Formats: sequence, structure tokens, C-alpha cells
Amino acid sequence: MSTTAIATDLGLKPAATAATASRSVSSVEVTDYDNRQTVGKIVVDNAKMICRGVNVYYGEKQAIKNVSLDIGANEVIAFIGPSGCGKSTFLRCLNRMNDTITTCRVTGQIKLDDDDVYDKSIDVVQLRARVGMVFQKPNPFPKSIYENVAYGPRIHGMVNTKAELDDLVRDSLERAGLIKEVEKRLNEPGTSLSGGQQQRLCIARAIAVHPEVILMDEPCSALDPIATAKIEELIDELRENYTIVIVTHSMQQAARVSQRTAYFHLGDLIEIGETDQIFTNPKHKLTEDYITGRFG
Amino acid sequence: MAISQDAHTVKQFDIQLANFRNLVLEMGGLVEDQIKHAVQALDDEDITASREVISRDQIINGLHVKADEDCVSLIALRQPLGSDLRLIMSLSKIVTDLERIGDEAEKIARMTVKTYDAASSPPSAKLLRDVAPMARLASKMLHGCLDALARLDVEKAVEVAQGDDELDQEFQSALRRLITYMMEDPRNIGHAINVIFIIKALERIGDHSKNIAEYIIYLVKGKDVRHVGMDTLVQDALAQ
Repeated sequence: MSTTAIATDLGLKPAATAATASRSVSSVEVTDYDNRQTVGKIVVDNAKMICRGVNVYYGEKQAIKNVSLDIGANEVIAFIGPSGCGKSTFLRCLNRMNDTITTCRVTGQIKLDDDDVYDKSIDVVQLRARVGMVFQKPNPFPKSIYENVAYGPRIHGMVNTKAELDDLVRDSLERAGLIKEVEKRLNEPGTSLSGGQQQRLCIARAIAVHPEVILMDEPCSALDPIATAKIEELIDELRENYTIVIVTHSMQQAARVSQRTAYFHLGDLIEIGETDQIFTNPKHKLTEDYITGRFG
Repeated sequence: MAISQDAHTVKQFDIQLANFRNLVLEMGGLVEDQIKHAVQALDDEDITASREVISRDQIINGLHVKADEDCVSLIALRQPLGSDLRLIMSLSKIVTDLERIGDEAEKIARMTVKTYDAASSPPSAKLLRDVAPMARLASKMLHGCLDALARLDVEKAVEVAQGDDELDQEFQSALRRLITYMMEDPRNIGHAINVIFIIKALERIGDHSKNIAEYIIYLVKGKDVRHVGMDTLVQDALAQ
């Protein structure tokens, strides 16, 4: 589907329009089963991030095809889909992690509040402080637990005194649900923690710089069910203050933690909807086939 | 999204689902027979056949328990989603209604035994005149919804749901006639009360069949059409 078509669907004038897609646009209900037009409502009332007509290319290969989607403030939105469907690629567009890949090219528009994420004037380091990320494998710095969390606030100049930094580190560890386990060993290396603790340390590190959005790329795939449950509980608590986008291969996890779910397939955003609806009554056959395990 | 007929990647899941569905259909077939035999035995004034209906209810109860076990096991082991989840939830509710229909058949058989086993004279034919037409309607509804379940046929399910009104009206007029007979001659009261239990059982079979039809609509269309009124039910069920 062309950008023009999307723009028209959104009730906007074609050309230059994606750029002006505003929050006033509401209730786009698309129910076309045959072509690769997103099924479901892509627009939310309180959008934190607005993506319109996003295309991503790795060299010649197009990895994301004209994806338009709003991410609502204080929601947990899950991206699901088979391997290679583009969900991680799309996630990484949201804080320009794809910039590091030389062959990668992103077109279309992604806005964080009113700022164009891909605008030349945007400082990528600042952007990634606002849109933090947690990765599949816990990747603490080879430093102490304390330093892992203190590093971000320090380089961003967020604190003036040691006491302030101490408070921020404690507060971040507390919000990440880790403080009780580490308060007596803050100077031990971050890598001395268990996998689940390390992942919560990475979350503490991400929230220490007061992000607005947290991107999570399969944050529990290397964790056992108990550590997973702790992370999921944490995600639910963090939702009060942050917007969370999570990519997961576990449909049960998507069902447990998210309010909305987006299904990607071969670079297309096939369907977006309330998580409850996606898992009980998906509208698109591809979504249905994926969630019921019918992909041959 | 209509229900997918494609095979699952995990073949064993398909087999388990098919087994579960067949079990429910088998239970439906037995329940259908039970009604037929209960009504036939009443017509034949056959106490022996009625007692057989009563004892066969145990088989249906056994299938009910087995179906519930299958359902729990499917949920625990397969974590079904989408149409699979709707299928399993609907089937698990359908078996409850089927079991109750079985109970109603048993009730009819018990009433037959009570009516013809007594020392008193048998009831006059006019007291029983509404039983056969009501039994036909109830059986048709049950047959229709089992048919709709086997073929996942929403239109058929709608037809069944719509049929319940006619059965309810039959019940009301039968009740009025029985009241008249009781007022005419108090000696009719004993038998008339038994007949009321019988026609009430038939009326309940219609209600359970309608429930089953509603679960089929949910299973296929994903729309919950219980307690919404007939107009909405038809609209939701037949919407593309």
C-alpha cells in the first residue's frame, strides 16, 4: 500500500502529509482482509510516539513496509510475529538504533511527542536517554552494580552531588525491584548477579536517566520463569510512569503484559488491536494462523 | 475471523482437538437418542424402556466428566489462542448443556414411570396431547444445533435460536390447556402435574439447544450473543 493510500485513510491530504499527521486524527478502522493493509485501529488518543509510513531497507532488501502505528502514553504495546517479520527492526527504529548499521535506511516519519526522531537537529544520545532500551541478553557494563546505574545520569549531567547520585541509583534500583537483593553489595560487579537480576539491573540502568519510553527486545528470553515473572510484574509497575514497547516471541508473555498487540509479518504490520481481542478473536487470517500455531 | 480449518504445525494438537470435538458430538448423539427413547416410551406407556433411559443417563454423565478432563488438559498443555481457544471454551460449555438435556430426558422417563407404575388409572389422552408436538420441536432444535456444531454452520445455529420462541409458545398454551382440565375435573390434577413436568422438560431442552446455538455463533464469529435479544443475535451472527 502506498503512503498516499495511508494518508488518505487517515483523512489527510497526500504528499507531505505524513509529516503533519496529528493526534486529532481518530478512529481509523481498517477491515480489508485481502491486501496487506493493517487491520485494526492504528491511532490512539494519547499518542506518545506516532509512526507514519515507515519503511526500512537493509541495502536493497526492504525489512519494513509502510508501517503506520501510534504508541500510546503509559501503555505496554507488544510486537509479535515470526522471526524475520521486522518487529525488532521496527523497535530499533524508535530510538534510531538502526543508525549504527551502515546499510540501513529508514524513510517515513517517527515522532516522539512533537519531535521528529529522524530530524537532523536531534541529538541521538539525548534521544536514547528519552527512549531507553533493554536487550535480549542482559548486558551490564563490566563495572560495579552501582556504576552500572550511575553511568547514565553522570554522563548526562543529571546530578550535581554524590548524595544526589546515590539517591538516584537507589531509586532506580528500587523501581527495578532489585534494591533488596543488591543494597549490601553495590560495589560488586554487575556480572556477579544472576541472569534475572542482571536484566533488572539493565532495566534500572535504563530508567536511571528518566526515559519516557522503554523499548524491550525479548527481555525475558534468556531468563527462567521466576525471573520472567519478576520482569513482567516490573513491566506492569513501570507502566505508570513510562511507555513500554516490548518485542516478544512468547505469545503468552505478550498476552500477560500488554494492553495492545501488533502482529508483524514479512515486514508488514498486519493487525493491531487490544491484546484481549488479538488473542481471542483476531480479524486477520495471518494473525489467527500465527497465534494458533498453524504456520506450516 | 472465521474459524481456521488449516492444520496446526503440531499435529498432536489437531488430533486432540478432533478427539475432543468428536467426544462432544458423540455425547450429543446419545443425548438425542435419550430424548427420542424417553418420548417414545411415554407414548408406548413402556416402563421398562423408561427405566433403561434413566440408567443410560450415567453414560452421558461419564462423557461429561471425560469432556471436562479433555478441556482442562487441552488448556494446560496447549495454551490455545484465537479460534482454538473459542472452540475449546465453547465445547466445554456445550457439554454442560448437553448433560442437562440428558437430565431432562431422564426426567421425562421418571415421569413416565411414575404415571404408569401407579395403581391409579392412566391419564386420559387429552392430557398428553401437547407432548408429541413439543417433543418434535425440541428434538428438531437439538438436532439442528448438533448439525450446526458438526458443520460449524452459523446460519443453522441462528435458525435453532429462532425456533425457541415457538417452543416457548407451545409450552404456554399447553400449560393453559392443562389448567383448564384441572379446573374441569380435580381428578386430573395428579396426572396433569406429571405432564407439566414433562412439557417443562421439553421446554428446557429448547432453552439448552438455544444456548448451544449461541456458543456455536461465538465459536465461529467471536461474538458473544447471549442475552442480547434476537435481533442483535441474528445481526451479529450473520455479519460478514
